[in-house]
This record gives sequence, structure tokens and C-alpha cells, in this order.
Amino acid sequence: MGARGYRIGIDVGGTNTDAVILDERLAVVASVKSPTTPDTGDGVAAAIDAVIEAAGVDPAVISHAMLGTTHCTNAIVERRGLGRVGILRLGAPATTAVPPLEGWPDDLRRAIGEHAYLLPGGYEVDGRVLSSLDEAAVRDACHRMRGEVDAVAVVGVFSPIDERQEERVAEIVSAELGVPVSRSARIGSLGLLERENATVLNAALMQTLRSMARGFVTALEARGIDAEPYFGQNDGTLMRLEYALEFPVFTIGCGPTNSIRGAAHLSGASDALVVDIGGTTTDIGVLVGGFPRQSAHAVEIGGIRTNFRMPDVLSVGLGGGTVVRASGPANSVVTLGPDSVGYRLPQEGLAFGGTTLTATDVALSVGGATIDGLVAPAFDATVGEAAWQSIRELLEDSIDRMKPSAAPVQVILVGGGSIIAPDELDGVGELIRPEHFGAANAVGAALGEVAGQVEKIYRVDGDRRDSRDDAAREATDRARLAGADPATIEVVAIEELPVAYMDGQAVLIRARAVGRLAA
Amino acid sequence: MSIDAQRSGDDRLITEADVDEIALGAAVLGTGGGGDPHVGALIAKRLIRLHGPVRVIGVDELSPADFVVPIGGIGAPSVDVERIMAESELLAALEAIERATRRIPTAVMPIEVGGGNSMIPIAAAALSGLPIVDADAMGRAFPEAQMVTFHLAGYGPGTTVLVDHHGNEVVSRPVDGAWSERLARSVTVEMGGSATMIDYAYGGEVVQECAIPGTLTAAKRIGRILLGHGESAELRDDARIDALCDELDAVRLFDGKVTDLQRQFEGGFTRGAAELEGVGDDRGARFRLDFQNEMLLARRDGVLAAVTPDLIAVLDLATGAPITTESLRYGARVAVIGMPCHEKWRTPVGLDNAGPAHFGYDVEWAPVESLAARRKEAA
Repeated sequence: MGARGYRIGIDVGGTNTDAVILDERLAVVASVKSPTTPDTGDGVAAAIDAVIEAAGVDPAVISHAMLGTTHCTNAIVERRGLGRVGILRLGAPATTAVPPLEGWPDDLRRAIGEHAYLLPGGYEVDGRVLSSLDEAAVRDACHRMRGEVDAVAVVGVFSPIDERQEERVAEIVSAELGVPVSRSARIGSLGLLERENATVLNAALMQTLRSMARGFVTALEARGIDAEPYFGQNDGTLMRLEYALEFPVFTIGCGPTNSIRGAAHLSGASDALVVDIGGTTTDIGVLVGGFPRQSAHAVEIGGIRTNFRMPDVLSVGLGGGTVVRASGPANSVVTLGPDSVGYRLPQEGLAFGGTTLTATDVALSVGGATIDGLVAPAFDATVGEAAWQSIRELLEDSIDRMKPSAAPVQVILVGGGSIIAPDELDGVGELIRPEHFGAANAVGAALGEVAGQVEKIYRVDGDRRDSRDDAAREATDRARLAGADPATIEVVAIEELPVAYMDGQAVLIRARAVGRLAA
Repeated sequence: MSIDAQRSGDDRLITEADVDEIALGAAVLGTGGGGDPHVGALIAKRLIRLHGPVRVIGVDELSPADFVVPIGGIGAPSVDVERIMAESELLAALEAIERATRRIPTAVMPIEVGGGNSMIPIAAAALSGLPIVDADAMGRAFPEAQMVTFHLAGYGPGTTVLVDHHGNEVVSRPVDGAWSERLARSVTVEMGGSATMIDYAYGGEVVQECAIPGTLTAAKRIGRILLGHGESAELRDDARIDALCDELDAVRLFDGKVTDLQRQFEGGFTRGAAELEGVGDDRGARFRLDFQNEMLLARRDGVLAAVTPDLIAVLDLATGAPITTESLRYGARVAVIGMPCHEKWRTPVGLDNAGPAHFGYDVEWAPVESLAARRKEAA
């Protein structure tokens, strides 16, 4: 066998499945776009075939295969293919004021099932036991759930401080029921309801991801690709297949993350704004030290409040297909969208022989953009100038909102619709349009860094350094489990947050470790 | 700020649908602090769903025979969202005050309308069947338990009750508000950092004398404007903040974006300051906000624009959604509004207890509306 170390990256989006092949130095060899199919496995197989052909490489050189997918997000939003979940919350006598699944939409509750139990357990903020486990009660709940749940979520009050009760309950459940168990301390941070929701969704997605993964692995094997499969997660890093099977919920939100990471790689920038212009929307994300900046707010998915680590993205209704309208005396009032012709642009846009004036037409006529085989369409020049000005202002304003500081920022433009952006924008230092800009998300999926993150509360009456070391160790351990090469793991961030109102008796420490993908 | 409610039948009840409106309004009146009402809103909605809507009574309907019990949470908001309260704490607290005072509660009341403490009394009312008084003792949120209008009028905390999720009850009779705050803090730490509290429980005549009337209704109206419910459905997003200012006699102090932010945790408080740069009509001007849990001091180009006890709220410029001091960050586009506090806070004793000097700010107090008029004249 010859060279190894090539990677294939696939991004399964709602409309297109993009695929790229990177060589061992992570340079793009080829990128392709093909339609997403109802059975995503077919579309993935077709994309793999197309990109291997375009790259002209022997499948045997591919040693890593990465998949980014919105499959799990869609399963939640559409309430489709979710597993039945038993919920064991350890917190009685506290937390009775808000039982599990409170505030969930009815249809999602029905999909999950009605096996939710509030049992004695949990810890206090200072590490004391809130109440001791009642193992008989755990076994009794298992008995009731038997045969009626596909997975179990175990959620203990203040488990991010102390995981022992959750671990013990998971052991009992595994022994009694033999179904997969999700423990909340492994999923989320403080905020019981958000962490519980995320843990329940994680448990519900276990079989969803399992079938998706099976399709992916089968497609790889059928083509003689002997590669370790990985999944993209929402913080811009990868996880190994078996880790993804345990934590499917972390694949949620990987789409925008992959496009930001891909843009970073294609341009070589590590601190910049990434402006991803598609057919209908523009998504602006922030790249800090090579990684997407994460949102500080609670994130809702399918009507459920969670505390996932998600990229902070501003979405604006501007894309290549955005409809431009003129009205009033002498067409003096020009508006942009918010509607778009979307994927019908090649039929409906003026430049393509259609009848709708779109942002792409404005860019071709006024902005000096070019598309092979098309001529700039002719229309009212005043309307064109006004629309071009509006596009510029909307982009400048949106970029300004996301800037991490007042200084001029580097901007990386990616996405199929990015020709509508002017070459010069106020507040922008340098504007980069990288090669392969249309497949930035698949490139992002293929990139090989792996992270582990932990967020725990510590008492500060112990040695502060011990607490930081403990958090760093745990983050490192999680990075290793996620597939990082132990020799390359680095703790990239440790953040301490005193817990408000508690007179500094407790401190929340967040640690994050990143490593290169183990070969 | 008090608003005389149109007293139609529905206005006298709090239903599940009303809770989200009140919670959002309470977040605005929380002026950046007071805790996130989200968990409290879930509790209140659930108990209303199980036990029926909550009856609202006005301060003017109280008589000396009434015994009004302010109930709320004390402690760390970060504990409240993790070790959520036990439902039993609500009735246990009401029963404890009844045993200790030998008076039967006839109504509950929020001690502070701003933030999460607006929700606990609604939950307690739903569970107990007692009505809730449309009033509170701050008209906003403040960080210390003695910063209440009862204290300004010379009333002490009376018999206070703290209960926790285990069923512990601590009943005390502190000599004044400062002692009440001090004792409650240490008991709360032992109870795991958060507890349910009753203090300043008084007869109807004292509540009439001391409470700030109409504040629940005010919170609800704010929420309706920001959510675009009912009569506000026609409002465009960018008209909501002006509509809110009209409703509250508030002044739109500044539109800008955050260009610098310092924030630390000190002595149990989130202290810091934000610098803003003007946008729109305020382009070219600068603005500074100082906060200690709540937004307390606002200056435009170095000139005082509003200061505690007047209310300073920071709203998302696009949606009007309130922004807390903890979620404020660089680049946020915000509108800062200043609202007159209730007149009880503008008295010498009110300013002594919650004016700029109390928080260590070296500025002369002046009403937000006079400061706005002064700026208009100068312009």
C-alpha cells in the first residue's frame, strides 16, 4: 500500500451533501456538491463516489472519514425517529416544584414516553449530600420501565460537582435493564433543567445516530475505504465513532461550526469573522484562536431549552437569491427580501433568463461580480445602485454587531452566495475569498482537532491550584476519549467564575483541552 | 409608575398565559439584576395549571383585618437554577408564619417585583388559593433585604421565616432590617445557598401605607408590549421601546453599542461598568453604565443621565428584550432607558437607603426626568 493519511470530509445539509478530500498536509485535493437524499446514506455514498473520482485518488489512501450532519437536529425538530427515554432525576426532596419534562411541547413528550421519576439523591452547592441514594427506589423505577424505554437519562442535582451518585445509578440501570444510559454530568453544565433536557435528548438520539453511523460505515466499507470514522460536534471539533454513539446530542449545531472552521483553514486565519452567504441567509460567526466563539445564551432546539455549547452565529436574511424590489415614485424605495428564490435562483434570477431581480443580479450589474457563462443583466441603474448600497450597509452593520473588538477585523467570505459581497466594507481590515469557498463546511468537518471540555464547581477552601489541575486533567482525559493523540493534548483555556452571591465560597472552573487527531 | 388597571373581570386573574408577560416585565424592572425569572415562571405556570388561576387584589381593597405575607426567594440565583426549590417550601413558609404570629394569611405579595422574586408569590398564591396583592415593596429589584419601602416608613421586618427543601424552618425576630439581612444570609448559606423567605408580613393598613401599588400590573403591561400581545400586536419591533417609554413615563437615555466592559465578582456581587458608543441619533456620543447586580448609574459624555433609586434598564435595540448585567457583552446593540422610581424612594430616607451614596457613587442625586429636561435645554 502507498501513501496513507488522506481524509474525506462530508457535510450533510438540508439541500446539499458536500464532500471534500484533504491530503496528509490538509490541503484540499477536490470538493464536490451533490443533492441530499431522503435516505441520507444514499446521498453520502454518492458524494463519496463523486469526490473520489474528482480527486483521482485510490480509496486506500484515505485513513480518516469525517461526517458532519444535521440529522440529529432534524430528528428533534421533526420529532422523528427518537428513542423512548426513561428519566431518573436524583434530587428529592428538592426540585419537586419543576418535575422533569416541564414545559416540553406535548408532541415531543409523547415521542419520549412518560417514564420520569424523581428519586432521592443529589448534592448541595458546597458538596454536601442533599439526600442519600435509595437504591431500592432506583430498582423499582427500573422495574416499571422494563421493556418500555430504549435508553435512560440519569440527572443528579449538582452532579457537575460530584458524579458518584449518577455513576452508581447508571451501574444499577445497566445491570437491571441493559439499555444505554446517559449521565447528565457528562453532557452539560450547571442549570438543572437545561442539563436534564440535553441529557434526555441525548438518550433519545442514541438510536438515531446509530442508524446514521451504520449507513456511513457501510458506505465507506463498500468502497474499500479503511478509515476511522469521526463525527463533527457543535464546538468545531471531532469525536470518534464510539464517543459519538454515546453523545449524539453533541452533533447538534455542527453545521455552522464546520463552516467557520473550514473557512479558517482555507484562509489560514485564526482570528477573524466568517461570513457564510448562502442562497437565503448570511450566517456570521466569530473565529477566536482558530475556534468558533460560543454562544453565552441558553439555546432552544425544537422548543426545548438546553445549555449546549453552540457557536454564536448571527443569521441575516440576505443571500444570493434574495429578492430585490423597487416601489414608490420613480422606483425610489428599494428593499431587500426578506424572501429569496433560494435554490431556484438558476431558473428565476434575471441573469439566468428568469424574471426576478435578485441580489446576485445586482452584484453582477453594479458590483462587478462575474459568473462564468453569464452576462450582467440590464435593469434600472438607480435601483441597482440603491440595492448595492443596501447590501453593503446590511453586511457592514451585521459584521459590526459580531466584531469582537472595535479594531478593523479580518473577514473570510465563504458560501455559494458570497459573490454578492462588495470587495470593500467599512470596519473590515482585510477581506479574504479563499479557494473552495463553496465547500467550507465539508472542509471544516474533515479537520482533525479533538477537544475535551469540563465545567465543575469547586469549593475554594481547598488549594485553588488543585482545583484547576483537577479540571485540566479531566478535560485532557475527555479529549483523549474523544480521539485526540495524548502526546499533542494541550489545555487551551481555564476559566474561573466565582458563584454570585455566595461570597466566593465556591468557584466554577471551565477547562478545555485540544489535541490533534490520533493517527 | 403605578398604573391604574382597567378592572375588567380577566384583569383580576393571573392565568398561565399571563405569567410569561409578567416574567418579562419583571426582568425589565429587575434593571439587570434580580435573577432570571425562567425557573420561577415554570413553577408558577405549573401550579396555575394544576390549581387554577390566581386572584389579584388591589392595595385599596385591603382592610386592617387582612394579613399580607410577602414571600420570595433569598440566596444565589445560580443555586436556584440547579437545586430547584421543593414545592412544599411554599405552604411550609405560609404555615410557619401563621404558627409564629397566630395570624392567618389572607393574601400574599411580592417583596420585589423585579426579576425572579416576582414569580414565587404567584406560585404560592396558586398553591394556597390566597389572592396576590398587586403591589410590592421595591417597585424594582435591589440587592439587600432591607431595601424595602416598609423599612423607609420605619417598619421592621417583623417575624421572619426561612424554610428549605428539607423542611427546616427558621423563625426569627430580628431587631431591624440590617439584622434581618445578616441573619438570613448566614442561615441561607447553611440551607445550601438558597431558601424561601417571608418577612415584612403586616396587616392590610400597613401594606396600604407602605407598599408600591400596581407593580404586578405594570410588569404585565411591559411584558405585553415587548411580546407584542393584545393591543401591542400592531407595534413594529423598533417601536416597542418607545411604546414602553410612553407606558412607564420613562426616558430613552441612549442608543448605542457596548465597546468596553469590565465585570468582576466582589463580596457576592457582580460589579462593573460598561462603555457605550452611540448609534443612530446618538452617534458621536458616549455613555457609561455602572452596575452592582443592578444597573445603578448612567452617564452621557460624563454628565449624569440617571442614578439609583431611579430605574435604569438595558434593552436589546432590535427586540426590546431586557439584558442582565451578567449577559451584557461587547458589541451588544442596546437602548438604555431610565424610569422614575416610586416617590417613596425619592424622599430623604429613601435616598439614604438606596441613593447613589449608599452604593458608593460620588454623584448628586437628581430625578431622571429633570436630568433629561436639563439636557434638552442645553441642546
